[in-house]
Amino acid sequence: MARRVAIIGTGQTHHRSRRLDVNGREMIHEAVTRALADCELTIKDIDAIVIGNMDHFEAINSVDSWSVEGSGGVMKPIMKVTTGGTTGTSVAIAAYYHVASGMFDKVLAIGWEKNSESDTTGAIVTCSDPIWDRYSYSGAIPSLATEASAYMEKYGATQRDAARVALRERSHAQNNPYAHMYGRPITLDDVMASPMLAYPIKLGDICPRTDGAAAVVFAAEGEAEKLAPHPAWVKANSVRHTHTWFGDVDQRTGLESLERASREAYAAAGIKNPADDFDVAELYLPYSYAGLKWIEALGFCKPGEGPQFIWDGHTDMGGKIPVNPSGGVMSTNCIGATALLRVAEAAIQVMGKGGARQVPDVKTALATGFGGCWWSDVFILGKDKPA
Amino acid sequence: MSILELLTITSPDVGMPYEWSIGIYGSKFFQEIRENQRFVGIRCSQCGKVRVPPRRVCGSCYQEMDELVYLPPIGTIVACTIVNYPFIDPATGMERPVPYTYGYIQLDGADNIFSHIINSRAGTGTISETGADKIKVGMRVRAVFKNLNEMEGNIQDIQYFELIEVQHGK
Repeated sequence: MARRVAIIGTGQTHHRSRRLDVNGREMIHEAVTRALADCELTIKDIDAIVIGNMDHFEAINSVDSWSVEGSGGVMKPIMKVTTGGTTGTSVAIAAYYHVASGMFDKVLAIGWEKNSESDTTGAIVTCSDPIWDRYSYSGAIPSLATEASAYMEKYGATQRDAARVALRERSHAQNNPYAHMYGRPITLDDVMASPMLAYPIKLGDICPRTDGAAAVVFAAEGEAEKLAPHPAWVKANSVRHTHTWFGDVDQRTGLESLERASREAYAAAGIKNPADDFDVAELYLPYSYAGLKWIEALGFCKPGEGPQFIWDGHTDMGGKIPVNPSGGVMSTNCIGATALLRVAEAAIQVMGKGGARQVPDVKTALATGFGGCWWSDVFILGKDKPA
Repeated sequence: MSILELLTITSPDVGMPYEWSIGIYGSKFFQEIRENQRFVGIRCSQCGKVRVPPRRVCGSCYQEMDELVYLPPIGTIVACTIVNYPFIDPATGMERPVPYTYGYIQLDGADNIFSHIINSRAGTGTISETGADKIKVGMRVRAVFKNLNEMEGNIQDIQYFELIEVQHGK
């Protein structure tokens, strides 16, 4: 039987396009020291570390070893996890397993990326099959654009609907001093007038490339209550992959991996009506159209109703289910940290530490991860200790 | 046909010391393109779905497959985009010429979709069609193959897919 596990501390860098003032290890160190300070621990209190990034982005292939000065992993059990876009949720889930198994009491989860050192699109293209897909595959943006094209055709969604999602993300980011896009608000017209990158995705519809790191401390029941006044308890998590071949994923249907992962996690956490039962959601939405389509997969609304749900303001601060008070992926995208930031931000909301981006009285929070060939992770946190 | 044939991906000015195995059915796909200018998929005896390119295992059913299905070089655009921003193609080390259109095509008789360039002569600098108002989901397309003597047994033996309506208008 798994032990109960909670998040007791989080830390993150002030995310920027280029952190030329620090190397990767030093950037990781910033997030780790902030996470330890958040739960008043020192690195000596940490029993094991799980770390992740997209190692081939920076062409550093032994990150577990390479990063120890920054992670504090000298002579500690340390494991590297790399799963594309979901790296951060995989790191969080692996850290959860470490503690839930009973083998470690306090585990540090780290995600990071220094995109300024990377040819991100070139690296992502190498994630596609070299024989079949690589000739036409063109990186994340056009791949997501193809999904958008099928969604728009099926439901009549418009570029303006998507821009409304972008507006929400960037508006929320103005409450988050850590966000890459903090201090850079935009309007709906700005998004509509931004350059077309891959039809129908414009510059304003897509996530940035960010230098940044995030760290999260997980602790076992018995320790967690002593170390944190309001620990964020792990209620459920779930992982779903569908296909190896890009062409096997039917873009005319909903995001099946997210539908399946969320339903399993909802059942485990007792969630019946997600839009009502969750107080806040930190969703891995790498582009604006995902903010229309993927909330349907999560069951916030029915298929095709995403645009109306967004325009009705349900996902804004003060709405029925505020989405991404942090500004989300479209406001900060340090890839290996991106999904861990969703978990960290959900924990911040449950712990009541969100400052200007805090949603009042959060009891249950949803976080998601998304990656590569359309796979999904779901992570649910709550204020009450799970049954 | 010879027993062993090497798949070649040309990388001008860049060494690419990789050799990938593509399996019996993957090899058959490229042989059919070269010899008969047609596609070949494979049907799962459990779920009945036809997938292209052919592979040995149906991921959904975890079932070994062996029923090859020949498909015409004609299909329908299921999803597509026009790539406007340049990037270094890791297969060549060169900047990929933009703009170009790529997308997912459901070949007639297949259940899944197939990724390729649409109506755009990538690499030659001649762009046939990249207007967002002219290429749309749902349009019918046909594969345009290289000349037989230029075929190399790789994905570029299919030059691109071309809008059938456009061809009729020529």
